[in-house]
Amino acid sequence: MAKITFITSDDEKITLEGTSGSVMALAVENNIKGIDGDCGGVCSCATCHVHVAPEDLAKTGKASEIETDMLELDDNTDEYSRLCCQLEISDAIDGIVLKVAK
Amino acid sequence: MKKSSLPDPFEKARLESGLGKMNDQDDPVTMLLRHKDVRKTAHNWKTFQSGAEPGRIVVPSEVNIRDTRQIPFEVDPPEHKDYRAIVEPWFRRPLQPEYEAKLTEIITNSVNEAIKTGTLEVVNSFSLPLQSRALTLLLNTPFSESETWISWGTHVFRSEGEALDGDKANILYNYIEEQIEEAIKNPSENLYSKLLDSEFNGRKLNKEEVKGIMILTFAGGRDTVINTITNSIAYLAEHPESLKRLQKEPEIINNAVEELVRYFSPLTHMGRVVTEDTHVCEHAAKANTRVSLCWASANRDEKVFENPNEIILDRKVNPHVGFGFSHHNCLGATHARQIMRILLKTLSEKIQSIEILDYKENIENLDEFKRKVGYDSIQVKFNTKTV
Ligand code: HEM
Ligand code: HEM
Ligand code: FES
Repeated sequence: MAKITFITSDDEKITLEGTSGSVMALAVENNIKGIDGDCGGVCSCATCHVHVAPEDLAKTGKASEIETDMLELDDNTDEYSRLCCQLEISDAIDGIVLKVAK
Repeated sequence: MKKSSLPDPFEKARLESGLGKMNDQDDPVTMLLRHKDVRKTAHNWKTFQSGAEPGRIVVPSEVNIRDTRQIPFEVDPPEHKDYRAIVEPWFRRPLQPEYEAKLTEIITNSVNEAIKTGTLEVVNSFSLPLQSRALTLLLNTPFSESETWISWGTHVFRSEGEALDGDKANILYNYIEEQIEEAIKNPSENLYSKLLDSEFNGRKLNKEEVKGIMILTFAGGRDTVINTITNSIAYLAEHPESLKRLQKEPEIINNAVEELVRYFSPLTHMGRVVTEDTHVCEHAAKANTRVSLCWASANRDEKVFENPNEIILDRKVNPHVGFGFSHHNCLGATHARQIMRILLKTLSEKIQSIEILDYKENIENLDEFKRKVGYDSIQVKFNTKTV
């Protein structure tokens, strides 16, 4: 079980609980604004872009090369950027805060 | 070589120079073949523009057969964003449960019909009707309109043997103009009415803009969807194990759809006009010439995809560009994905096996390259599951 907090572009804070699957799927199921997950999680759409809170980066890890290549061209990218379809829900990421990029 | 394979004609050129050359009505096109170059160039709209003379970014060029600017396709930022904002919510409707239920009904009926007929030609008797019926949902028009669209045949823009036919394109243009007039007289809940009522920069969209959006919706969503459906049937015919796997593991259907779109790349490439002297892939690109973003080649780039010429149904990481990349990415992708997800599910539940009896390949002529994009016709037999 993991608690995950999303902060949307209009500064709404939503905390969700999940046990398995990807963070993107959890967000889409709960209609988190700005996370569309168009490609269903295969890393081809970038509609699941989030900024991990700096203090949580140790839990999530940095973006993989496929993600950075994907995000490289996005104006809104920084070192805390992740495509959240590549984040698996598990106890290890309990308590993280993600700021939705879009 | 299997009947359902789509060979990659770009491999050698992609590895050697990264570029292809194609002449087209004395307005040559430099094709960009590498995944990285395609994505970079798609993103750089200032140097590689879409909003050139209408028809010029399409290959073969359509500057001689139309003046209507297609929207949002032939517009660059920042206006592009304002147009997209008008249409995006509408094109996300395919995710709504009612839409999904209706689409499931349409697809179930099409598959049941095919089972009843047994042996049929897929392009004209399955894919075209299915694509047309599904489009009534996207436009929110009566189901009966699909009969008109089906009667146009697969080639709304060309006659036998001719690449472009202005007269034939007029059938579509005239039809759309009539529908717009009708929507002005009798507003309804369809896409024409919705667009006529939309605000753009503090004013209503005008008729020409509405026409530009509607033509694009018809043109962009026709051959692409028809080829995706037809090619998937051919693939499943030669891979009965995949049909079984999709039924046993429906959770991989989403990955399967993305992988089929990667492998088929139904839209081979799309052009851009160079606005200033620049370089791509260490070669000079001169102002006012054309380049094209070759999605089909990028999707087989061995630097990005392992075993690029194989369909790996559950490919997990798949940064394909089959639906384009960056701000012009496919507006109809949600609709197309939903069609394919439901179709794979329905086929895997109802069909035991498919046999290919006869076929004629559709080979796109790109000068230096000949690319199979699908079939002109393909005769198959559907074998249903015995209950
Ligand atoms: C599997 C089916 C489809 C494929 C592979 C596909 C592919 C593409 C690609 C590669 C682009 C990018 C073009 C560019 O960057 O210049 C695009 C754009 C577009 N597609 Fe699709 N398409 C499909 C289905 C559809 C459908 C069903 C519709 C609508 C009914 C549609 C409407 C559009 C529109 C309006 C654009 C332009 C978007 C813009 O410029 O902002 N497409 N498509
Ligand atoms: C007014 C707009 C458009 C017109 C007049 C138009 C015209 C044509 C014509 C004449 C052909 C037949 C070419 C041939 O087979 O020789 C064609 C095929 C095709 N078009 Fe378009 N096109 C338009 C927009 C688009 C858009 C926006 C897309 C995708 C985003 C698209 C995707 C395709 C595809 C995939 C084919 C099939 C190639 C094949 O199967 O041979 N078209 N179009
Ligand atoms: S959902 Fe498409 S990249 Fe994450």
